[in-house]
Amino acid sequence: MFIHSPSYFAQSSTSIFSPAGTPSHWIFTLSMFVLSITAVIFVIVAGLLTYALIRYRHRNLLTYNEPTQIYGSNQIELAWTVIPALIVVMLFLTASRVILATQDAKKPTDAVDVVVVGHQFWWEYRYPKLGIVTANELHVPVSDPAHPTPTYLEMSSADLDHSFWVPRLAGKMDLIPNRVNTMWIDPEAPGLYLGQCAQYCGVQHAKMLLRVYADSPKEFAAWVAQQQKPAVEDPAVAEGRAAFLRNACVNCHTISGTPANGRFGPDLTHLASRDTIASGAVENNPTNLKQWIDNPDSLKPGSLMPAMHLNDHDLNAITAYLTTLH
Amino acid sequence: MADSVSGLSSVEAIDLTPVEKPRQLFLEVLYDWVTTVDHKKIGLMYIAYSLIFLVIGGIEAIVMRIQLAVPHNTFVSPQVFNRMFTLHGTTMVFFVGMPILFGFGNYLVPLMIGARDMAFPRLNAFSFWISAFGGFLLYYSFIGGSGLYGAGSAPDVGWFAYAPLTARVFSPGHSTDYWTLSILLSGIGSIGTALNIVATVICMRCPGMKLNRMPLLAWLYLVTSSMVFIAVSPLTAAQIMLMLDRYVGSHFFDAQAGGSAILWMHFFWIFGHPEVYILVLPAFAFANEIIPVFSRKAIFGYPAMVAASVGIGFISLSVWAHHMFAVGMGAGANVFFVFSTMIISVPTGIKIFNWLATIWGGKIRFASPMLFSVGFLFQFLVAGLTGIMLSVAPFDWQLTGSYFVVAHFHYVLVGAILFMIFAAFYYWFPKATGRMMSERLGKWHFWLMVIGFHLTFDFMHIPGLLGMPRRIYTYEPGRGWEIWNLLVSIGAVIQAIATLIFVYNLVHSYYKGEKAGNDPWDAWTLEWSTASPPPSYNFATTPIVHSRRPLWDIKHPEDPDWNYE
Repeated sequence: MFIHSPSYFAQSSTSIFSPAGTPSHWIFTLSMFVLSITAVIFVIVAGLLTYALIRYRHRNLLTYNEPTQIYGSNQIELAWTVIPALIVVMLFLTASRVILATQDAKKPTDAVDVVVVGHQFWWEYRYPKLGIVTANELHVPVSDPAHPTPTYLEMSSADLDHSFWVPRLAGKMDLIPNRVNTMWIDPEAPGLYLGQCAQYCGVQHAKMLLRVYADSPKEFAAWVAQQQKPAVEDPAVAEGRAAFLRNACVNCHTISGTPANGRFGPDLTHLASRDTIASGAVENNPTNLKQWIDNPDSLKPGSLMPAMHLNDHDLNAITAYLTTLH
Repeated sequence: MADSVSGLSSVEAIDLTPVEKPRQLFLEVLYDWVTTVDHKKIGLMYIAYSLIFLVIGGIEAIVMRIQLAVPHNTFVSPQVFNRMFTLHGTTMVFFVGMPILFGFGNYLVPLMIGARDMAFPRLNAFSFWISAFGGFLLYYSFIGGSGLYGAGSAPDVGWFAYAPLTARVFSPGHSTDYWTLSILLSGIGSIGTALNIVATVICMRCPGMKLNRMPLLAWLYLVTSSMVFIAVSPLTAAQIMLMLDRYVGSHFFDAQAGGSAILWMHFFWIFGHPEVYILVLPAFAFANEIIPVFSRKAIFGYPAMVAASVGIGFISLSVWAHHMFAVGMGAGANVFFVFSTMIISVPTGIKIFNWLATIWGGKIRFASPMLFSVGFLFQFLVAGLTGIMLSVAPFDWQLTGSYFVVAHFHYVLVGAILFMIFAAFYYWFPKATGRMMSERLGKWHFWLMVIGFHLTFDFMHIPGLLGMPRRIYTYEPGRGWEIWNLLVSIGAVIQAIATLIFVYNLVHSYYKGEKAGNDPWDAWTLEWSTASPPPSYNFATTPIVHSRRPLWDIKHPEDPDWNYE
C-alpha cells in the first residue's frame, strides 16, 4: 500500500497548537491572539490582587483599628466598565471575521466532496462523485497552492449525535440525525492526522477514532483508482467468500460485486487496504481480524457487531477471504 | 474570642439566650426535624443532605480518575465509567450545588433581612422534601433501573442527556426514566424554594431595610431565585416531553421518528447556562459578605455590585447557544452568541474589580473564611478568562467537548463555588452551632484543597489542548496525554483528602469547638445580632435598620454608615 504511516502504532500529535490545514491555521492564529489578551489581563489583575493581599495583610486577628472606609468611586467604576467593554468589542470583531471566513467560505469548483455518516461507533465515508464507499479512514488530497482542492464534508448521522474532530486540520463539527452539517478541511502537508468522536454517543464513544490520510495529488489519484476497482475474486479464498455470504455477515456489510449489500456496518469491499479495524481501535492484521470476528467485545466492548459464533473452519476461511480484499 | 472584641454591649442588649431544652429521645428529635417548618432547620437539612451527596459525587469522581490515570486502564468497564460521569454530573449540579446554596439561602436570608421565617414556611418544607426525594430516586435507579432486580443499572446518558441517546431504542430499561423523574422532582422543589426566597426578600424585610440597604447576599439570592423560575421551568418542560417520548410514544426528541435532537439541546441549555449563574451568584453573595468583614472595609461600589448582579441575571438568559457552536448553527447565530457570551464578562469583571477595591487599603485577616475567599478570587479570575476563550466560537470549535472545557467549568464549580461554600461554612458555622470551627484544621483543609485543586484542574486544561475529548473511558497512549492525566488523578485524591478533613472538622467542632459568642468575626449584618444558634423565632424584638451595616452603626455610634450612603 501507498500508506505513509509506517505502522499503526506510530501515533502522531493531536495538539491544536500544531495546525496543518487552513481552517485550523486561522483558528490557531485567533487562539494565540485571545490567549495573549487573556494572559495580559491575568497578569495585571492577579498582580494587583497579590500586591493588595501582601501589602494590606494584618496578622493579629483581635487588635486592629478600622481602616479608612471607601464606599465607591464613580470614575474608577466607569473606567473598569468601559475598558473591558472595549476589549470585548475588539475580540468580538476579530472572532466574527474568522467565523464568517470559515462558515461562509465559497466552495471551489475542484473541491472533493465527501459524505460523512456517523454511526455507533464508526465512520462511513462516501465519495458521491467518485463512486467510492469506505469506512473509518478518510483519504483526502493535499492542495496544490496554485490549484486548491479542499475537501468538503457533508455530515449527518445514522443514529446519535457524533462530532468530527481532527484538531490539526479543523475544529469540530457535530453530526446530528435529521440534519446535514458541512465543514471543510484542506491539509497542507501529506501525512496521517488523528482525531476522534467528540460528542458522547454511548457506551463505546471512547473508541470511535478518526484517521485522516492526506495524500499528495498523485497518491490520492492512485488510491481512488484502487478503491474504484471491484472486489478481488481470488479463487484461493472462494471457500471463505462462500462462508461469508452464507452467514449473517451480509446483513450488515457490503462487498461490492457480491450479494452482500448490508448498510448497517462498514463497507468491506476494500477492507484490506485499511490500516486499522474497529474504527482505529486495533491494527488491521489477520490475528486481530480473526479475534474481531470471533468476539468483537474483547477488542471493543459495547461494539454493535455481534459475536458470530462461527466454527473454526469458517472463521479461518472468512478471515483469509477478508485479508485479500485490497 | 467574641467576648474580647469590644463594642458589642449594645448588640447583646437585643439578644435572647436560647432556652435550655430537656434531653430528647432519638425519635423525638427525628420527628422534630422531619416535621419542622423553621427556615433554619430546613436550611441545615439541605446542607446536610448536600454534604452526603458531595461525598457520593466525590467517590464517583475518584473512580473516574483512577480509571483515567493511565491509558488503556481496565479498572472499570466502559459502561460503569459512563454511569459514573452521568451520576457525578447530575449529583453535583442537582443534589449538591443547588440544595447547598438553597440551604445557605434558607438559613441566612431571613436572618439577614431581620425576618422571623420565610414567607411560606410549609412550602419551604415541601420543597426540601420533594428535592430530597428526587435525589434518593436517582440513586434508587442503582437497584431499580432495569427492573427491580437489575442491580447496578444507573443511568449512563450523561448529565446533559442529549437526545436521541435518551430515546427508548438507545436507552432501554428504566434507568433514564429514573434520571428524568429525579430531575423533574428536584426541579419542582427548586422552583418552590425560589418562589419562597423571592417572596421573603420582597415582603419580609424588617423596618428600615429598604431594597438599597439589603445585604448584597439578599440581593443576589433575589436575582438567583428569579432566574430559577425562568431557567428551571424549561428544564421541567423538557423532562415532561422526554417522559412523553419514552412512555406514550410522542416524538419530540426521537430522531428515528423525525424528532429533533437540537430541540433538546436548546431546552437543556436554556436551563443549563443560566444554571451556572444560579450556582455562582450565591458564591458571589458569600464573597460579598466575607471579603468586607475580613478586610475591615465596607463593600466598594454597592450600587454597581447590585447592577452587575442584575445584569448577569439578564444576560445569562441569552447565552445558552454558546454550548452549541459546533452543532452547525449558521454564522449569524454563532456571531450573536459570541457577543452575548463575551459581554457577560463586563459585569463579572466589575465584581472582581470591586472586590479588589474592597481589599485595597483594608486590614486583611487571613482566617479560614478569608483564605477560601482569596482562593476563590484567583480561581474565579482564571475561570472567567478561560470562559472568554470558550466564547470565541472558532477557538471553541477546538475546545468544546474537550478536557479544556471540563477544566474550565470545574474552575467555576470547584475553584469558585465550592471554595466559597467552604468559606461560608467557616464563616457561618459559629452562628449556626455556637461553636467555632478549628482554624488549624481549616488551614490544613485550605492548603491541601488548593494544592489538589490546582494539580487537578490546571493540568486538565493541557490534555484538552492536546486533543483529548471528554467522556471517554480510556485513551490511546502516545499523544502526550498520559503524564497530565496521572497528575490530574493525584490531584483529585488530594482534594478528596482535604474534603475529608473538612468533614471531620465539621463534626469535631460541633462537639468540641471553641465557644463562639454572638459575633465572633466583628461583622456588620443582622444575623450576628442574635444568639448563636439563633432561637426559633430569630429575633426577640424586630430589628430596625438605618444603613447597609446595622451592626456597624451600633458599634460606631460616633460615625454611623448612613452618613455615607
